[in-house]
Parts: sequence; C-alpha cells; structure tokens
Amino acid sequence: MLFLQFTILSFVAVTATAVVLTRDPAKQAIGISFYGLVMALMFFIFQAPDVALSQIVIGAVALPLMILLALTKIRRHEEEEQARHKEKKAA
Amino acid sequence: MNRRTRLVFFLLSAAAFAGVYLWGLKGLPPVGHYRGPYGDVLNRVATYERHVTDVVTAVNFDYRGFDTLGEEFILFMSVVGGTVLLRRQREEEKSEHRDESLADQSPERQAPEASDATRVLTLALVGPLVVFGLYIVAHGQLTPGGGFQGGVVLATAPLLVYLAGNLKKFKQITSHTLVEVTEAVGAGGYLAIGFAGLILGGSYLRNVAALGKTGMINSGGTIALINLATGLEVAAGFVLLLYAFLEQTLEIRLRGGK
Amino acid sequence: MSFFPYVLAAWLFIIGLYGIVTSRNFVHLVICLAVLQSSTYVLLLSIGYRVGGVAPVFAGVKVGTPAVDPVVQALMLTDIVVEATVVALLLALALQLQKHTNTLDPDKLKALEG
Repeated sequence: MLFLQFTILSFVAVTATAVVLTRDPAKQAIGISFYGLVMALMFFIFQAPDVALSQIVIGAVALPLMILLALTKIRRHEEEEQARHKEKKAA
Repeated sequence: MNRRTRLVFFLLSAAAFAGVYLWGLKGLPPVGHYRGPYGDVLNRVATYERHVTDVVTAVNFDYRGFDTLGEEFILFMSVVGGTVLLRRQREEEKSEHRDESLADQSPERQAPEASDATRVLTLALVGPLVVFGLYIVAHGQLTPGGGFQGGVVLATAPLLVYLAGNLKKFKQITSHTLVEVTEAVGAGGYLAIGFAGLILGGSYLRNVAALGKTGMINSGGTIALINLATGLEVAAGFVLLLYAFLEQTLEIRLRGGK
Repeated sequence: MSFFPYVLAAWLFIIGLYGIVTSRNFVHLVICLAVLQSSTYVLLLSIGYRVGGVAPVFAGVKVGTPAVDPVVQALMLTDIVVEATVVALLLALALQLQKHTNTLDPDKLKALEG
C-alpha cells in the first residue's frame, strides 16, 4: 500500500510539470483533463471518495469544457478581426 | 519589468518560500499519523447524532453548514458574473450580421455533421445520465456523493444533446426561464431552510427536520433537503454558464447551417 | 514517505507559480492557476490521512473503525468548487480582454491609457 501511494504522488508531480510546460492552450486542456483524473485517483487511494467524485466531475469534465469553449470563442474573434482587417485593406 | 527581472525575482521568492515552508513543516506530524481530535470525535458521533452514514456530507451540510452556504453563493455569483461578462453587446450584434458571410461560410468553419453513431450513443446516454445524477444527489447522506457532484453530472446532460447535433432542442433546454428559476430556487431554498432552523430551533441552520432511520434515503433531516437544494442550484448554474459560453456559436450555427 | 506529500504540495505550488510568471498566453495562465490551486488539495489530504484508516463513510462499516479525517475532506470539496468558479470567471475576463485589445499576451498589455 505504501508503494502505491508513493507511485501516485510521483505521477501527480510529473503530470503537473507536464501541464505547466505545455505552452499551447488547446493541448493543455487535454493535459488538465488527464491531470484531473490522476488527482481523482490519488484522492481515491488516500481514502477520500467524496472528494474524488467532485474532482472527476469538475476537474476532468467541467474545467476542460470551459477552456475549450473559451478557446473556440477566441479563435472566432481572431478570424473575425482578420476578416475585418482584410476588408479594410481592400477598401 | 522585463522577463528576466521577473524570473530572477520569482526564483528568489521561491527559494525564500521553500525555506520558510520547510521550517514550518517541522511542526506538522508525519503523514499517516493523524493526531487531531476533531476528526475522531466526528467519526464517532455523526452517525449517532444525525443518523447519516456519510460523515463528510454531514460535516458539509450540518456541522459546517454555514461555510457551504457561502460556497454555494460563490458559485451563484460566479455564474452571474460569467453571464454578464459574456453577454453580447449592441455593437457586436450589428457587426456580427455584417461579417458573418465572410468568416463563416468557408469550409473549415463549418462543424461536421454528427455521425449516426454519435447521435445514437449520445441521445441514448442522456436518460441514464440524468438518472445517475439524481441518484448521486439523492444518496448524498448515505454514500459518497451529494449536491455538488450530482449537480455537475446533471448539468452535462444537455451537453450530450448539443453533441448529438440537436441544436434547436439544446437551445430550448438551456435558454428556458425554468433553468434560471431553478437556480434561484436552489440558492434561496438553502437560505430558507436555514431560517426554518432559526424559527423552529433557535439557531440558524439547526437540523430541525425529522431525522429518520439510519440508512434510509430520508435520513438526516435538513441534510437531505439542503442536498436537494444544492443539487438543483449547481446543475442549473452550470447549465447557465454553458449557455453563456456557447450562445454566440449556437446562433451562428442555427442561422447558417441548419 | 512520511514527508513526501508535503514536499509535493510545495512543488505543485512552485511549478504553478512558475507557469504563471513566465506565461505568454492568458489561457495558459489560467490553467497554471488551476495547478497552483491543486497544491492545497494535496496538503489538506495529507494532513488528514491515517495509515490503515478507512474512508469516513460508515455504510456497512462499523462505527469506530479508525477512519481518516472528514473535516479536511469537507474543506477540499469547497476548494474544488471554488477552483471551478475562479477558472470560469477568469476565462470570461480573458475573452473580453481579447475582444477589446486583440491580444492574449500578458506582456503586451500596456498600462492604463487615457
């Protein structure tokens, strides 16, 4: 049991570092979803099932969802700006 | 200050933080040897006093119920803030009608039609997901679960409808006034149950409802009621937030594609 | 093993803060903030843990078996919900920022003009 806890804690450390060092937000959204699952596994191993449930639904579902939706809107605005710019140059 | 100065500042303060933290760690017991009395006291008396078997839910909604009230209102205010920040202002609506033709009719912008397999699977899963969310909310005081977890599970059910491509139905579900009313009822319900405790018991949020038999779904008195109110509020809040994020994309897709 | 979770909490804090300080994109910054907030979960979790303890749910388990601390778990639940709300609001702010100044780079934001 001790070995299991040590392993999952090191896994959390490695995943967190990987999430921070990824610079592209779209790839990071997938990373944070995986990080949420790893954290939920850690909560489960440390005998905290309520918190694990909460972490799964929020950290692995709601958070990446909001990030991806925000990224979609940002890309839309960027393309609109570019289209408006082109229109201004043509005029 | 430029990046290098910022990085140097950060490294210095990280070193100072690490030093102070390690010095503070000496006062903590090693992990695994829990010393404090409160956890043991609660584990021993919660089942006897409140007839619930999930002590964490009892702590959340009864022993520390006032903190959870504050947390629920944090969620409420953030949904309000998110909806306000993401509203469409007037100049945006005008410019949208103009630029739509430029950006959105290009082939990369059109989202692909949901395939048949996706449609069947997501629509078939909506029912079980709602039942599962309600199960988690209702059994919060017996097994791990509760209002927050079940509420977020419930809030992802309309998202499955969106993924299946049923945009009109999704808009009907999420922009309905009932969602806002549910959120208000959930948040206000928590407050009202607290006042019932004040009127009937003498202190705010006192557990005054019938406690029931341990292990039954109606055990715990006001814990079960607060659970339901929180579940409603969290589910409706997240649906509103989802709608605020998706609103513009939804309008474009409804107008352009279908 | 006895102090490793505390060290992990400090490491998560430092790496999250490093991500925030050297970020070049606001959405990346918000995600690093989420990593920063998860350091508190690890700290709270390891304070309440008892070796050989069971989860503090007594459905079918006899009351009185050594269990882990339920109070810190209740605190962690609140913490996770607050993380979700903070991320939602910050993302909405980042969206508005991008709409008005057309950039997502924290370095390119000039001071308050006018």
